[in-house]
Amino acid sequence: MLFLAALVSVFTTVGIVYILVKESVVFFEQVPISKFLTDTQWTPLFDDAHFGIMVLLSGTLTSSAVALSIAIPLGTVIAIYLSEFAPFKLREVAKPFLEMLGGVPTIIYGYFALLFVTPLLQKIYPELPGFNLLAAGIVMGIMIIPYVSSISEDAMRAVPMSLREGSYAMGATRFQTAVKVVVPAAFSGIASAYILGISRAVGETMILAVAAGMQPNLTFNPLEPAATITAFIVQVALGDLPHGSVGYQTIFAAGLTLMVFTLICNIGGHLLRKSFREAY
Amino acid sequence: MKPIKDLIRRRKRWDAIFAICGLAALMVGVLTFTALFVDMAIDGVGRLSWDFFTNFPSRRPGQAGILSAWVGSTLVMLTTAFFAVPLGVAAGIYLEEYAPKNWVTDVIEINITNLAGVPSIVYGLLALGLFVYQFGLGQSILSAGLTLALLILPVVIVATREAIRSIPQAIREGSYALGATQWQTVRYHILPYSSAGILTGIIIGMARAIGETAPIITIGALTFIAFLPPAPVTSEPPFLSFEWLMSPFSVMPIQMFNWTSRPEAAFQANAAAAGFVLVLMTLAMNGLAIWLRYRLRRNIKW
Repeated sequence: MLFLAALVSVFTTVGIVYILVKESVVFFEQVPISKFLTDTQWTPLFDDAHFGIMVLLSGTLTSSAVALSIAIPLGTVIAIYLSEFAPFKLREVAKPFLEMLGGVPTIIYGYFALLFVTPLLQKIYPELPGFNLLAAGIVMGIMIIPYVSSISEDAMRAVPMSLREGSYAMGATRFQTAVKVVVPAAFSGIASAYILGISRAVGETMILAVAAGMQPNLTFNPLEPAATITAFIVQVALGDLPHGSVGYQTIFAAGLTLMVFTLICNIGGHLLRKSFREAY
Repeated sequence: MKPIKDLIRRRKRWDAIFAICGLAALMVGVLTFTALFVDMAIDGVGRLSWDFFTNFPSRRPGQAGILSAWVGSTLVMLTTAFFAVPLGVAAGIYLEEYAPKNWVTDVIEINITNLAGVPSIVYGLLALGLFVYQFGLGQSILSAGLTLALLILPVVIVATREAIRSIPQAIREGSYALGATQWQTVRYHILPYSSAGILTGIIIGMARAIGETAPIITIGALTFIAFLPPAPVTSEPPFLSFEWLMSPFSVMPIQMFNWTSRPEAAFQANAAAAGFVLVLMTLAMNGLAIWLRYRLRRNIKW
């Protein structure tokens, strides 16, 4: 019985892969894969249908880039600070707080990006459209900070005390020890935190669906509105598409692209973490 | 001596600069959170009233409420807990106490790590293809509950395993020495001692499930629901009815998404109010979990 319960997780994975591949195969029978990868238009619901995943991918990559350029520096600095500098009491308060920040539903962040961050950015840059990748990306970055900082901090805490003591004994300051001894020793763990951050950013849905608009737009400019892979799936699901139509199958093809991307990230992160566990 | 003193002072200065940077980075998180909370409270608190909780959504923003949304959320959460808790705890016990060291166990473990990283919308696609169409469950509370159960299963499994792993080996050996079987050891020692840790994991998982929007939108939950699912308790025998499992529904985050995406400012005030309720709910759940864990760490001395 217990074994069967454990197997449910395997069935879930098999189910996900089966459903995504099954529907995507039907899709790729109608749309050649070369077209899917190279077409520069994404208009699956029009009469003149084009299926260029590049368009959605550009939105996903741009928003993720904005998010990561916030989450990675801030997350790393917070992790180093909490693990090497902060007094015990502050750490006891800050860690649960960051956890709470990570536990806020993403729809709330979406609302915040659309109705608070965008108007704020419009004061600095008046031409900014109401839907844009920038505000969504910034908020997404703040959402990802806890993931990056908590995994990096765990990695840094796992570095043996003797390494630090050796460094202090040589006359190094805290900052020197942190940057030149602890961070390199924990690097594979920190890198796996970054990779998990990336897969979080790529798979994020509601912030983008709410705040970035749902217009497919081949752009790498974060000041424009654009749709991402995830936002497109939401858009189709909100409408009433008949089961079995090409439009219905596109969301599975889009989902498969997403799944492959995050799977690569997760496996990479897993391998990195494994090598860091065996380091000492 | 002087150049050395200068050098030391310079290095120490970097220490101070970095400490300030660290605090500033932490403050970014704190300030964002405060801004989010205060902004939502200011916009939404005017709409919070008894009527807001007892009214159905409406085309007139002033009369719209979240009755069907919170009832839907509660029922979906019940379904999710019903499936995720036994499955997750059982899987966790199996992996820690029973699993042999072989490739099947390895596959299961890698799988769980992987599932934890799959974007939630992919679970929505799984549910759309599998539960809604292949099993014919339709866009019902049951479909949504099952989807969210699968989504939080890794959280529950990992929490169970961690709680069990922190029990010292001596407890098990003591139990075996008195002639207990493996199942008796699990039932009377492992489970009771790890229950607080498991509970923490379950609460964190449920807090995540209650805020999930994307997978539920994907299975096609309606956003405008002006009726309640059939009541679970009836006046005629057998007194319990499970019709509500197959009923269409709406949940809090979807109601909020629906109001957020409307252009009228009045609806956005509704969204803020619904969001405020949702944030309070998830914060309360997460806070409870963190508090439980904190107490646990202080009280247990093996």
